[in-house]
Amino acid sequence: MSKTGVSVRPAPRRARLWHDERARGVILQLAVVALVVGLLAWFAANAVENLRREGIATGYGFLGREASFAIGVALIPFSPANSYAHALLVGFLNTLLVAALGIVLATVLGFIVGIARLSSNWLVSRLALVYVEAMRNTPLLLQIFLWWDVLRLSAPQPRAAWQPLPHVFISNRGVYFPVPFYGPLDLWILLAAALGLAAAVLLRHRARRRQELTGKRLPALWLAPALVLLPPIAVFLAGGAPHLLDLPRMTRFDFAGGESVTFEFTALLLALGVYTAAFVGEIVRAGILAVSRGQSEAAEALGLRRGQVLRLVVLPQAIRVIVPPLTSEYLNLTKNSSLAVAIGFPDLFSVGSTIANQTGQVVEVMSILVAVYLSLSLATSLAMNLYNRRTALVER
Amino acid sequence: MRFPSWIASVSAGAVLALLALATGARAGTLETVKQRGQLVCIVNTGLAGFAMPDRQGNYQGLDADTCRGIAAAVLGDAKKVKFVPATAEQRFTLMQTGEGDVLVRNTTWTLLRDTANGLTFAPVTYYDGQGFMVAKKLGVKSAKELDGATICVQPGTTTELNLADYFRTNHMTFKPLVIEKLDEVENAFFSGRCDAYTTDRSGLAATRASKAPNPDDYVILPEVISKEPLAPAVRHGDDEWFDVVKWTVFAMVQAEEKGITSQNVDAMLKSDDPEVQRMLGVSPGMGKALHLDDKWAYNIIKQVGNYGEVFERNVGAKSPLKLERGLNRLWTQGGLMYAMPFR
Repeated sequence: MSKTGVSVRPAPRRARLWHDERARGVILQLAVVALVVGLLAWFAANAVENLRREGIATGYGFLGREASFAIGVALIPFSPANSYAHALLVGFLNTLLVAALGIVLATVLGFIVGIARLSSNWLVSRLALVYVEAMRNTPLLLQIFLWWDVLRLSAPQPRAAWQPLPHVFISNRGVYFPVPFYGPLDLWILLAAALGLAAAVLLRHRARRRQELTGKRLPALWLAPALVLLPPIAVFLAGGAPHLLDLPRMTRFDFAGGESVTFEFTALLLALGVYTAAFVGEIVRAGILAVSRGQSEAAEALGLRRGQVLRLVVLPQAIRVIVPPLTSEYLNLTKNSSLAVAIGFPDLFSVGSTIANQTGQVVEVMSILVAVYLSLSLATSLAMNLYNRRTALVER
Repeated sequence: MRFPSWIASVSAGAVLALLALATGARAGTLETVKQRGQLVCIVNTGLAGFAMPDRQGNYQGLDADTCRGIAAAVLGDAKKVKFVPATAEQRFTLMQTGEGDVLVRNTTWTLLRDTANGLTFAPVTYYDGQGFMVAKKLGVKSAKELDGATICVQPGTTTELNLADYFRTNHMTFKPLVIEKLDEVENAFFSGRCDAYTTDRSGLAATRASKAPNPDDYVILPEVISKEPLAPAVRHGDDEWFDVVKWTVFAMVQAEEKGITSQNVDAMLKSDDPEVQRMLGVSPGMGKALHLDDKWAYNIIKQVGNYGEVFERNVGAKSPLKLERGLNRLWTQGGLMYAMPFR
């Protein structure tokens, strides 16, 4: 650190603690930590004291009280008679769903854009460039509203809903589609699918080993989907192929029955995915450029096709560079999902704000939200770090 | 190499400054307002008839005029008001953190708000009730027919709770679309994203008058599903300030009852009615009890008007909202507006 530090280094026994550079560093750091912790504690104590003096209720007891408000979109059953804690859970699951799907969308789209950006085709690479610059240089909130307005204003009222497929409807509320009723056969169908999946995984494993040993390839690409799909279909047919579909049907105001996806959810998902994909695209491009040109030249010299060069040689090496910055994009996407509140999708933040206002216990609700978003981000980080460790270069 | 001593002194200074901040007691709001020479009033971000900026950016409406009345009483000048717009969700936090002196934001007086939220409510300035608005072409005649409808509503309000209660009571289901910003929730309704829009009936009338492409295409259903007494609120435990806000409202109501208007208030100074004399400070004493100038009520009436004038100007027949007085008539005319005696 300091150049003079070398000269001021007498015999350790005589040195006072203060003159030892390392000890001094530790002491200073401890002091800073103590100061920060002390300040935080003081703030907290002050807040509690002020709230108490103003006669404002504190504590987390409100979580058990009846919520008394309704939530438009819920993955688990919810009624106004349920508790505030239950309402928060509904919001949390909504956040989780939009974040998870958004991450998938952003990753797929981002990889396509990143690779397209490096295409030797002038049109493709320019289109990718325009996409990236347009998306990352406009505010996300604006994009969310744009998607929402486009979806909602271009679709008709429920009574005049479009019907692109039998029993599938699109209105300005969202998309409605049939889902199977839960029946006794469902369990067996699921079981058959699980068995098929296990068989497919096993097949892939065997095919790899066989290729390594003999150089011959099994047609695993065709066999695997068949293994996953055929058993459940067989069970379904063997069970008498019952027509147990819950169909959407028009009632006085809107469709009832079946399942529906609202345009608030769709707009949020598209906006998050498309926006983040621009950043992911740049990360992918950087990752690919980080792999030395000699690698792909060597692969081409070996006779690999261009797709194979990308898939087998370049991307596996690029992924090491891509994963760490990708993690922070995933975290951004998850946190940005709280913009849902602007268009009325009931995510964790939206439900939390309602509860904060109904109970007046803003500090408590916000502390819960902070804790949940923090845990979600840390969990994402952890998963990505584990993946990173797996892909990282193993140095011997 | 020496430990930079300025770090130590700066840290110590910062801690001392923070401690000083913590121990400094909060002065009474009345004193604060007098010293500042301006009233900070938390109002709606834009609700026609209650608080909405006009073309010049001046807030107009019943709530805005209540703020002006308080400023006239305390500072002798109705113009000395700073309006702080707040969403439904921000309003209580803004009050709790002391960002405003008084909350006049079409806020419903409820038990929990009066207690757990640390507020104290002054007399009601508008007796309202929650209703529903639908597009005429839906052919809905009653709220009881709304089973299965999608309903636009703002979050964090009693409105959201009453809505859920009403549908539970009547064994009906609905899909809420909860949007915080008033403009966005109105857009969603008028674009047909929701079948019905629910809020206080005055708010429905305001939205219909100011935002509907064609106001005649929308009807307000007859059901009133809740009591919504809208009242100004101050912080708990500031009794002096509470008295000022409370009696400002009473003065406006009492002025209407006594027939004192902004036009005739100067002539009324010569009135023989002892209560009018006490109110207008002709016989002194009332102002001093409130720690105000004896001309406090005179200033309110002269600069802002009595309750009836304020009502008609902002939400009544002379306004685009065209609301009837209804419950908001004086008690002498069968309404609920009743001022406590000025003595």
